[in-house]
Amino acid sequence: MTNTIRNKTAIIGAAETQRLGTIPDQSAMQLHAEAGLAALRDAGLTVHDVDGVACAGESPVEVAEYLGITPQYLDGTHVGGSSFMLHVRHAAAAIAAGLCTTVLITHGESGRSRVGMQPWAPAPQSMRGQFEVPYGVMGPPTTFPIGLLRYMKDYGMTPEQLAMVPVVQRQWAGLNPRAKLRDPITVDDVLSSRMVAYPIHLLECCLVTDGGGAVVITSLDRANSLDLPHDPVVILGAGESSESAMVSMMADVTSSRAFRTAGERAFAEAGIKHSEVDHLMIYDAFAHVPIYGLEDLGFVGRGEAPAFIGDGHTAPGGSLPLNTNGGGLSYTHTGMYGMFAIQESVRQLRGQAPAQVPDANISVVLGNGGMFMSAGVLVLGTPAAA
Amino acid sequence: MSEKAAPRPTPDTQPFFDAAARGELSLPKCRDCGELFFYPRSWCPRCSSADLEWTPCSGRARLHSYLINTRPAPGFEDETPYSIAVVELEEGPRMMTNIVGVPQTPEHLVLDMELEVVFDKHGEVAVPKFMPAGGAR
Repeated sequence: MTNTIRNKTAIIGAAETQRLGTIPDQSAMQLHAEAGLAALRDAGLTVHDVDGVACAGESPVEVAEYLGITPQYLDGTHVGGSSFMLHVRHAAAAIAAGLCTTVLITHGESGRSRVGMQPWAPAPQSMRGQFEVPYGVMGPPTTFPIGLLRYMKDYGMTPEQLAMVPVVQRQWAGLNPRAKLRDPITVDDVLSSRMVAYPIHLLECCLVTDGGGAVVITSLDRANSLDLPHDPVVILGAGESSESAMVSMMADVTSSRAFRTAGERAFAEAGIKHSEVDHLMIYDAFAHVPIYGLEDLGFVGRGEAPAFIGDGHTAPGGSLPLNTNGGGLSYTHTGMYGMFAIQESVRQLRGQAPAQVPDANISVVLGNGGMFMSAGVLVLGTPAAA
Repeated sequence: MSEKAAPRPTPDTQPFFDAAARGELSLPKCRDCGELFFYPRSWCPRCSSADLEWTPCSGRARLHSYLINTRPAPGFEDETPYSIAVVELEEGPRMMTNIVGVPQTPEHLVLDMELEVVFDKHGEVAVPKFMPAGGAR
């Protein structure tokens, strides 16, 4: 592979807003700004060191202006919750090409309190407005799981196996004081929770919260010249893709082409094997998304993820620790969760995670956007892995 | 009661909704490569040809996958819970729809069951839906 971005850039600052959950006294823009300034402090930098800004939801023009940044690089890629993985990839390429030196990527979303947020409403002349909305869709719970019954029939997954996804992630959340839901749950708890949209139960749906996060990207050379309070997290590889804005148009409703395409590219660029991955984050808006993700990234074969999770491989002490912050199901989910998945990978690689995985040197993070609409995959590593 | 959301056709989709108003399910077919596709576009998604022909379909389909929504969208208040489904047309393409004319329960909504198209007016626009083949159960 030519023109690779492998080992050229690093995440040198990372932070979430002080509070997550219900934050009625801050707008989405305030959450962007608080997170952005915290990430810069984490890197020992100020806004005057930043020459590039990227974000989704809000415009990077507005974030730059709000923080007093004069940018020479703007990325407003907005493809849903995976946008931040794409921002990291684009920033790495831009820095490697010399377009800018230091990119601040921010996320802020008042997903629960809806302060300063636009309402969700596809236009009636959009393809979704013409071919999905008339059938009574009401947002993610009424669309995202639409392929699940087909997956269950084709691969024999039982409701009990699906329920293990939130059960295992709650085990991780129990180790994380910042997780919103921490009490242990059982398969019976999941299956007796309210049916939101058959076959999906309430405990198989993500949280809806307020919050923000941000990361700072610079060149590995510059990272090594700075007196950082912690090791840089090196960007080993990345990939991105998309399929359809309409979940009903997926070529295969049991597998995401975007996940597969982005994952193959990221692994090839990083030049790593699956067996080298110490830690994994898979965007979990609903319980079935990590199942698709494990299979589409190639960690297991088609139809094998339910048994893999059921056997404890992704649980604390397992061979492939997955969603170690508790995930969107138990930690937090503002609407575009991808930034929080990146934050946990950074904590794990720095050795600063509440539920720390021993000797975590390579972490893979898969972001989803929309309903299997888009994907971004990052392969991140410690300096030792680079 | 509020009304169900109505599609607002665009030039590339207008013939689909015109056919639906006549009680016909019609999809664009590429004269160059033979691809029959949904959703309607002005160029073939397989070979980019603009030489397309609107082609009537049989209206027969199978239930590919679905979920049952419990929280009504506007206009669905009297029929909640209701299915939101993906059906596979006999000719191959898949589309989102509602399964109607059958109790909205897992016992009555069986994957791969045979279906046939019916049309339901949302405002002024006819929208294709599907019911079990052979009539209501």
